[in-house]
Amino acid sequence: MKTNIYICVAVMAAVTYFIRALPLVAIRGRIKSRFFKSFLHYVPFVTLAVMVFPGVLSSTGGFISALIGFLVAVAVSLLGASLPIVSILSVISVFITELFI
Amino acid sequence: MLKFIKSIKEVISVKSTSVYLRGVRNGLPVFFGYLAVSFSFGILARGLKLDPAGIVLMSALNFTSAGQFAAIGSIAAGAGYIELALTQLVINLRYCLMSSALSQKISDKAPFFHRLFMAFGNTDEVFALAVSYGGELTPAYFYGLMTAALPGWVSGTALGVISGSILPARLLSALGIALYAMFIAIIIPPARKNRTVAGIVGASMAASFLFSALPVIKNISSGFKIIILTVLISAVAAVFFPVETEEKNEN
Repeated sequence: MKTNIYICVAVMAAVTYFIRALPLVAIRGRIKSRFFKSFLHYVPFVTLAVMVFPGVLSSTGGFISALIGFLVAVAVSLLGASLPIVSILSVISVFITELFI
Repeated sequence: MLKFIKSIKEVISVKSTSVYLRGVRNGLPVFFGYLAVSFSFGILARGLKLDPAGIVLMSALNFTSAGQFAAIGSIAAGAGYIELALTQLVINLRYCLMSSALSQKISDKAPFFHRLFMAFGNTDEVFALAVSYGGELTPAYFYGLMTAALPGWVSGTALGVISGSILPARLLSALGIALYAMFIAIIIPPARKNRTVAGIVGASMAASFLFSALPVIKNISSGFKIIILTVLISAVAAVFFPVETEEKNEN
């Protein structure tokens, strides 16, 4: 069966929007349970950490440049640099590394 | 009296305009990161002989990286609508957790209808920036982030579809790390200040690495992996290191 890409796009958009909107509509007030409050407090850190590693190591043209970009980002954030700076320095370090490989 | 109300209105709108602009500015790294990622998405989708307008529309209406990358493969292979819907459900289920966390961050004063618009823009990156915002999150700031992020995603897709080679490959490769660097910049500072958070970040990365390296387990899709580890690790952390109310206000 040949599917129509516009219907595909509509189906995908509906599913994705539903997932994103449901909790925002359902959870209106402040959660009182200490457990759930703590759980949701930790969610962003875990999700982002899981997405970063080891995915970051295959985000560029090669393993070595990605590793250097990763280490630069960690080091620069530890030094307290702001978000755009961390991002730009990491990209530059990857770019320079790849010039030599 | 009327003058008084008018001046209050002005103060409010000036304040939310500056908050909005701050959102746009903080969202700029996402704009460039998205430009690079969606550019390669556009090239890839066009390579699969999908309809150009359909591809751009997909980016404009879905606004999700992993889901779209998975979808173009399925669509090109002629997958049915139900299969497509289920794949999106699994890959994007992590947004359910993110929106739950976001629901606790939004200012009480924000009218309800804003949540319906904010939901659309709750991508990994916008979410990451929104939750790391100091204090209560206002819709204006969130819309600022969306204003920077969405055009990057859509125009990058369009550029990829049209050209295939506007940016040199070297630059594109380097830009690939931009979004990851941003995530790192968001999780490292709180981890430095708080030992519990540092331990959780380290444990999450280690667990994620094991999930991608161990036999059998490594076949779990990345969408499921994120959900399983997020629920598991956050729940364990919540049991052993419950957050005090005072501490939460600090963050």
